[in-house]
Amino acid sequence: MDLIEKHPILEFKHSKKVKFSFDGIEMEGYEGEPIAAALHANGVRIYRITPAKEQTRGFFCAIGKCSSCFMVVDGVPNVRTCVTPLKTGMRVETQLGKGVIPMDA
Amino acid sequence: MSATLEAASLGCHVTLVDSDLALGGQLIKQTHKFFGSKDERAGTRGFKISEILLEELNSYKGTVEVHTNCTATGFYKEDGVVSCVIGEDEYFRIKPEKIVMATGAQERLLPFPNNHLPGVYGAGAVQTLMNVYGVVPGKKVLMVGAGNIGLIVSYQLMQAGVEIAGIVEAMDKVGGYWVHAAKTRRLGVPIYLRHTIREALGDKIVEGAVIQEIDDRFQPTGKEIKIDADVICMAVGLTPTCELLWQAGCEMVFVPQLCGHVAQRDLFMRTSHKDIWVAGDASGIEEASAAMVEGRIAGVGVAKALGHGEASEHSGRLEEFKRRLADLRGGEVGQKICQGISCCTVNEWGV
Amino acid sequence: MNEKEKLFNGGVLTEARKGAIEPPRDLWENKKNGLVIIECPQRIPCNPCHTSCPTGAVKAFKDINDQPEIDYEKCTGCARCVAVCPGLACFVVDLTWGGDGVALMKLPYEMLPLPQEGETVDCLNRIGNTVSKGKIVKVLEPMHDRTMVVHVEVPRDLVMDIRTIRVVKQA
Repeated sequence: MDLIEKHPILEFKHSKKVKFSFDGIEMEGYEGEPIAAALHANGVRIYRITPAKEQTRGFFCAIGKCSSCFMVVDGVPNVRTCVTPLKTGMRVETQLGKGVIPMDA
Repeated sequence: MSATLEAASLGCHVTLVDSDLALGGQLIKQTHKFFGSKDERAGTRGFKISEILLEELNSYKGTVEVHTNCTATGFYKEDGVVSCVIGEDEYFRIKPEKIVMATGAQERLLPFPNNHLPGVYGAGAVQTLMNVYGVVPGKKVLMVGAGNIGLIVSYQLMQAGVEIAGIVEAMDKVGGYWVHAAKTRRLGVPIYLRHTIREALGDKIVEGAVIQEIDDRFQPTGKEIKIDADVICMAVGLTPTCELLWQAGCEMVFVPQLCGHVAQRDLFMRTSHKDIWVAGDASGIEEASAAMVEGRIAGVGVAKALGHGEASEHSGRLEEFKRRLADLRGGEVGQKICQGISCCTVNEWGV
Repeated sequence: MNEKEKLFNGGVLTEARKGAIEPPRDLWENKKNGLVIIECPQRIPCNPCHTSCPTGAVKAFKDINDQPEIDYEKCTGCARCVAVCPGLACFVVDLTWGGDGVALMKLPYEMLPLPQEGETVDCLNRIGNTVSKGKIVKVLEPMHDRTMVVHVEVPRDLVMDIRTIRVVKQA
């Protein structure tokens, strides 16, 4: 992971390391930290593709206000990954176009 | 947090709702030492100040209830109910007697081709990544904006081991404190005054940028300079987050010096809505030390309105906080703030 | 806007200004442990250089936004202000130190890697150009707050140019 190992001022206390998947690829991150931060640390930059122009979007505001980092998490679309804590086993996917909300059976 | 602490110290019961995963707002990302005087904990690093405030908050366990990862999503003016959501889907409602809206700010972006590319990040977001979660934001960063945020974040990126390709600033001088500029310059970072970003380069993610000099009327002139960078960090200002204030029907006014629409307020930071106070960047973009003092003032205002504490205590604390604000705003950067505040402050609401 | 103004507006001191002046040469030449140079030419609300000064050499501020003024007679070169200044704008220069042609500078430092005693480092000027090599004499952390005060031996004629150091990575 692309983490700051030594810092002149800060000491980073990470929580428990957990496994999650991104588009089917297994990755590691820290439990409770934002999904977007975990993805970034794993080198993932593209979080979704826009519906009309099919442009790439990624991390941007980190405070849950801009919609740039919407992804499909455990089948649920439009999840603000910059403010949603990572849990073990999460299934994170690039969101293609508009999110489709799953129908109740 | 400051408003909560002040109100709680006067005997109020407070529910503190914060959309972040941890309390402390922007403080938790600040590795630099704060300015000001001892009252503002000058010389203490921002993240340490948030630890001090947290500790203070812990002493009010019985009267302060804290919800993090919890967004106040709406204010319903017909009955004064605030709706909140924890995470993405756990809703609840609350009906407080008085509310302090200290919702902070959001970052501005500039229009330029390819500004949507992943790698164009807000400065606050870069700080969150590197200083809260310890994630390296990129290899080489172009900073856009030489206000305090642009300068400080550039310095912080270097502390995290990231190279700064340069800092671009449209004005003919840095907007932030001169000393912040000096400490980045001496580490070899170029500051391009009177320059702007023309476009981000890259197909799917940022691979570079083109910058160009601009003239007196901000029109591009001179030759384009290509910069290699995998991150373009936007530090071109903030604008107050004031949706809830609008929803509540507070009287709002556009104040350029405070960077957007802000609520009219009295000396205790009370808005035109008798149950709503405002504080911090939500009341106008300034800096953290002043925001904390404003929060204290709003806390006193709320306690006063609820009948907690003695009148002499309220006026004594207000005077002290006003003195501290006047000190903080007495410098070169503070002049603009004072102008702005005079445009949206009323002496009394007459309620 | 001329070149000098342009540099200054971008955070580079080009000449003495209020809040950024050179100590009086006569006193400076003979003052053991050195004298402070503060480069704080802008009015900002900040006073730790004064409140931390153990001898009152950084004079009391009438207004917290005032630029610092120094009573050089009282300055002992203790470098307390170097360690506390939030703007990293204080530097101590000891012209009495060492042999011919060298001086000692006490500089604030908040980067990695930390220099080691005896190590040769690059000395950078106000725009980050390497202007000489320097030898690390001591690395202190006076306030135990991660701001280091680095004592470095530098060429005497460059004390008004050098403002920070860079640790040279071993090949």
